[in-house]
Amino acid sequence: MSETKSCGASRREEFKDLNPVLDKYAKVPGSLITILQQAQEIYGYLSVDTINYISEATGIKPAKIYGVATFYAQFRLQPIGKYLIMLCKGTACHVNGADRIEEAVCEYLNIQDGETTEDGVFTLNNVACLGCCSLAPVMMVRSNDGNETYGNLTKDKVVQILAEIRERA
Amino acid sequence: MKVVIGQGSCGIATGALKTEAEFKTQLEKQNVKADIDLTGCVGTCYLEPIVDVYEDNGDMTRYVKVQPEKVEKIVEEHLKGGKPVTEYAITDEDKQFLDKQERVVLRHCGVINPEHIEEYLAVGGYESAKKVVTSMTQDEVIAIIKTSNLRGRGGAGFPTWFKWNAAKGNPGKEKYMVCNADEGDPGAFMDRSVLEGDPHSVLEGMIIGGFAMGATEGIIYCRAEYPLAIKRLEIAMDQAREKGYLGDNIFGTGKHFDIRIKAGAGAFVCGEETALIASLEGERGMPRLKPPFPAAKGYWQLPTNINNVETYANVAWIIENGGEAFAKIGKAPSTGTKVFALAGKIKKGGLVEVPMGLKLKDVIYGIGGGIKNDRQFKAVQMGGPSGGCIPAALDDTPVTYEDIVKTGAIVGSGGMIVMDEDTCMVDMARYFLDFTKKESCGKCNYCRIGTKRMLEILERITQGKGEDGDIEKLEELANKIKDGAMCGLGQTAPNPVLSTIRYFRNEYEDHIYNHTCTAKSCKALIHYEITDKCKGCTLCAKNCPVNAITGEVKGLHVIDQDKCIKCGKCEEHCKFDAIIRK
Repeated sequence: MSETKSCGASRREEFKDLNPVLDKYAKVPGSLITILQQAQEIYGYLSVDTINYISEATGIKPAKIYGVATFYAQFRLQPIGKYLIMLCKGTACHVNGADRIEEAVCEYLNIQDGETTEDGVFTLNNVACLGCCSLAPVMMVRSNDGNETYGNLTKDKVVQILAEIRERA
Repeated sequence: MKVVIGQGSCGIATGALKTEAEFKTQLEKQNVKADIDLTGCVGTCYLEPIVDVYEDNGDMTRYVKVQPEKVEKIVEEHLKGGKPVTEYAITDEDKQFLDKQERVVLRHCGVINPEHIEEYLAVGGYESAKKVVTSMTQDEVIAIIKTSNLRGRGGAGFPTWFKWNAAKGNPGKEKYMVCNADEGDPGAFMDRSVLEGDPHSVLEGMIIGGFAMGATEGIIYCRAEYPLAIKRLEIAMDQAREKGYLGDNIFGTGKHFDIRIKAGAGAFVCGEETALIASLEGERGMPRLKPPFPAAKGYWQLPTNINNVETYANVAWIIENGGEAFAKIGKAPSTGTKVFALAGKIKKGGLVEVPMGLKLKDVIYGIGGGIKNDRQFKAVQMGGPSGGCIPAALDDTPVTYEDIVKTGAIVGSGGMIVMDEDTCMVDMARYFLDFTKKESCGKCNYCRIGTKRMLEILERITQGKGEDGDIEKLEELANKIKDGAMCGLGQTAPNPVLSTIRYFRNEYEDHIYNHTCTAKSCKALIHYEITDKCKGCTLCAKNCPVNAITGEVKGLHVIDQDKCIKCGKCEEHCKFDAIIRK
């Protein structure tokens, strides 16, 4: 199943950041979600190779790992852009016009929910609730520099914010 | 002098960290000595960032909306000059937001530094746990909780003592005390604020409950989307271990009880007890059939008790003040207080804690200050995707488990979303169904297929393609799903639809038969027009992305309806309210 055929030692080398996690959790029952979370933290997403490697270490079938990974909203099977836009679609944001903000973002970036722009700068993810309801409508932008939250958005404001980020990127 | 900066997630979102940095810069620049400290969420989210300045004699001045540019003046005039900057301080009107509340769960939120156990100890922290573990029996603890009539704050309102007692009575080599901190209800953030603002009170509640049921381990199942809550919990747990409140020898009794955190991965269904257990075990979070109940066969088939964050945060207070004192608050059989996340079209949004039994209008108008922009209050949504919409006409309903259920909504975990005349109730129902359809785990047909079929009908209606008989079809599907679904998610998913049909059937009929959206919100059923209020400023025409607006400077403008894509930009930009939706 593995995409790249390589011997055990070099595979261990390839996943050297993940090995400490597996050493700690691989044989602890019920730890699959924790392992997947940390793998995603390291690599940004869960590739087929990563899933297969976790399968070998834990003895859990790849199909089952895939099943768990696709069940939870947190896990991604594709790499994401440099900036992850988490657009809040919680009730308070919905009431305050989150759909129109989404329209503006999609139109400006030419992507839909879950997609990444061609230049690899932005990924758009609609999220259920960021819990900053008094600032609705809200979005959070995650990058290596941390999380930045933008509140009280309007169509123009959101486009302006994204334009500024794109310039920096 | 001490400067305390509110640093819950909403505080940080509005820029509390930048404010803190500016304070550090200004203190150094102006050569002023003062300590900078942090605290959790005060609840007045609409006033963030909030900064409290404490004089050495204990007097406190609260500054609101403290953006960095306000800091220089506060440092210069107050910290250096000793004279509070009254124009930046909280107004008497805003003070009422807090004064009208009764704080049990949030008693320390926004008061103590959640990252310092000493501050929690200074307000009597861990005294209740110590008393319980060192001097009481399991039955005595359960009896106090029974007297208090504390009920689950996660939504269902099930008596807490009953669950503890059941878990105590069931045999098991190991027993587990689980805290459900997977707050998945969109529009609710009470648990997050408690975890961020007062993590020790949750740990203490778990220690007490764990002792009562005979648990060997505690697990907090917390949303991964709440990184700050997880960080503060971890700090709190380390400190509690160091003091000997958690670990192998708690309070010197030789008893073992420790707590660990398990980060959830984002699935609304995991609010359901058995689904949460499946997720704890590393599986897809799908519910299991009950019975057996978790109290008999839960985590790894061993006795397990699951309570919500807010429930645990009440426990130490009850032990300290007695079950009777708690039972006196509220309106029996709904005792105590409830924390609500007040949001939507409300002037003063935030976290409010009120005694059970307070009327809805007292929360919305008395504390929340009424509707944003003084629009007409239409309805309030309670209980999120499992709840319903309560119309304005019923605003004198007391907030108790019993009274709210009668309206077709539920108290739920505490989301309270206020809606005005611009909110379309059909679209609201569609929104919640869209959520539950996505979050349905797919195990049972009623929920998996039923919610999809209902959503399809609702989407049709909001797109102006509703048909005669749609309302009846929705009702039939709703009732079947309620009866047939396996877990709480499916059984309650139709509630938002049923309650909006019950109170706003006319809106459904308007959509279907008259092809109009009563609230002028559904895009397919409205169009924009320019009235004679137009001053010919050309702003709308300039911002129209499809050049659908024409007109001379200083002359009345017109929208070409064939070209218009109804994006609403013209309305957003018009300074004269000349553009209306019809």
